[in-house]
Order: sequence, then C-alpha cells, then structure tokens
Amino acid sequence: MPDVKKLMYVNRRAPYGTIYAWESLEVVLVGAAFDQDVSLAFLDDGVYQLTRGQSTEGIGMKNFSAIYSALGDYEVTRIYVEKESLEERGLTLDDLQHLTWEDEDEDWAEKESIRLVDRAELADVMSNQDVMFNF
Amino acid sequence: MSIEVNGKSLEVDEEGYLANLSDWEPGVADVMSKDDDLELTNDHWEIINFLREYYEEYQIAPAVRVLTKAVGKKLGKDKGNSKYLYELFPYGPGKQACRYAGLPKPTGCV
Amino acid sequence: MSILHIVNKSPYEKNSLDTAVGFVKNGDTVLLIEDAVYAAAKGGSVAAKLDGLDVSVLGSDLAARGIAEDRLIDGVSVVDYSGFVDLVEAKDSTQSWL
Repeated sequence: MPDVKKLMYVNRRAPYGTIYAWESLEVVLVGAAFDQDVSLAFLDDGVYQLTRGQSTEGIGMKNFSAIYSALGDYEVTRIYVEKESLEERGLTLDDLQHLTWEDEDEDWAEKESIRLVDRAELADVMSNQDVMFNF
Repeated sequence: MSIEVNGKSLEVDEEGYLANLSDWEPGVADVMSKDDDLELTNDHWEIINFLREYYEEYQIAPAVRVLTKAVGKKLGKDKGNSKYLYELFPYGPGKQACRYAGLPKPTGCV
Repeated sequence: MSILHIVNKSPYEKNSLDTAVGFVKNGDTVLLIEDAVYAAAKGGSVAAKLDGLDVSVLGSDLAARGIAEDRLIDGVSVVDYSGFVDLVEAKDSTQSWL
C-alpha cells in the first residue's frame, strides 16, 4: 500500500488578473498523476475561478475555465467552496459551473463535485489534511 | 521548425508539436505518422478524433491515464486500456496521439 | 482639473479601490479594469463604495470573468478599448492605482 497523503490546494485569487489560478490548476493536473488524495478549496476571490460564462477572446488569454470540468476525470472529486466568500461577492452556487465526476464503480454514475461549506466546516476539513498548497 | 503539409509550411515546437492548434488538418497526422514509420488505421483515427473532441470540450490534452479511462467509457473496455493504446501509439498514447491530433503535449507528461 | 482613476485590483483583496474612491472629486471618472471589474457586480458587499460616482468598466475584462452586463450596478458604463482611450483623452490627467 503506497503512502497516500491528503493534499489540499487552497485557491484564493481571481483568475486572469494574476497567474495564481492558472498555476494552481496546472499543479493540480500534474500532481493528479501521483495517486494522492486530492481536494480543492476555493475561498476569497478564488470563488471567481469557478464562475460560468467566462469568455477571454477580448483579453487575449487562454480561457481555462473549461478545464475545471475535466477535474473529475483526474479523480479530483471534492471541491470545497466557502459560503461566506460567495455571499460577500453576491454570488450563489447557480453562478458557478456545475462540476461533476463519474463514479466508475457505479456504472459511471454522475456525482456532484462541489461542496458548499461554511468557514468553520472548511476549517475542519483543513485540519484533516497532510499537506496544503496555497495559491 | 516546421513541417510541410499539403504544400503549407506549419510551425512546430522542438518536440514536434504544432505551434498553432488552428493549423491542424488531417494531413498533419498523415505527415507526422509517416515520419514515425507508422501507418494510420481507423483505430488510430478513432483516438485522434477522440482527443480533438476532448480538447474542444475541456481545453486540455488529457494525461495518459485520463485518456485511457475516458476512452474506456466512450469506446469500451477493450479499447480503454494501456495495452491497446500503446500498441496503436508505441511512443505513448498521450504524447504521440496528441501530437498527431495537433494538441499541446499533455500537462504532466515529461 | 478632472482625473481618470484607473483601478485594476480586486476590491476584495486589495484596498486600491478604497483609496482611489477617497481621492475622487467632482468631474472625475473611475475606470475599473482587470480584477477590479468585480467591484461593479450587483449584490457584492463592495458595490456601495461606487455609489454616486461616475464609473466605467472595461467590457473585455467583464466578459473574461463571466460577468454579464445585466449583473452590473445601475449607472455603470461599459467601454471597449477605444472607449478607454476616449476617457483618457477626455480627462486632464490619469491616475493608475496599481
């Protein structure tokens, strides 16, 4: 049995204005090859990364928002979104992409990836991680 | 660096991947496979087209094991395994098939 | 002397917008670009900071972030790059609150 670690990527920046969101996503995709227990957290401006309807032709940057919906294929099945951060920004879950993963063991049943949690719940999840990466 | 496809010169990077995704046409895969001494069959094209559709939807060239799983789901277990995919693309289904499909090198492939 | 105040940082992460707004005088315009466009979205807790100000946002930065124009605070104008240039031209000076 390999030593499986619980890794959490903590995302706190908006996309496009800085490189953090894209860098984090790339690290997640590369890291997914290592068979670890990976989860993602989005709080503060990080919640903006998951919004629907992004269209980047006008700013000449790659629109990487579609990649979040591939995370299920990379076995990233737990995406925590902080409730307080959404509310502060006037957003609800409906403003975010609908992210799912398919459970191979249950005949590819589609399951929700996003878990809406409040700060206290997210703190509990964080306290159970082995390693956290902040972006 | 560049390759000649149907009389057009297309820019590629130092590893042979197309510089511009939009330059792709089926002839690209023909030219690249010829250089590798590989004859493309319908089975190859099935994977190449699958990769292009995957990229269209997710904007990403999938890692090998992601490709394997996704192919298994779409085309069946007999194709969604590394033995089948490596037989088709001996240089690695991620790298070689993505290159033929005009996609960037899969993220995480070294 | 009118000033165009350009802000490009998220109002939820940096205090650039607060400072810029504190310096706005009659006849000035605030232009929100890049991550600052989030300030102009209706329902956000910082929206009130723009009350009573002449505010423009850059359309391509809105679109990149998936903010539809009907989600903007009332009275905010959307400009394209040439509208950006027009604003710079129309004011006596420009202040970029980086």
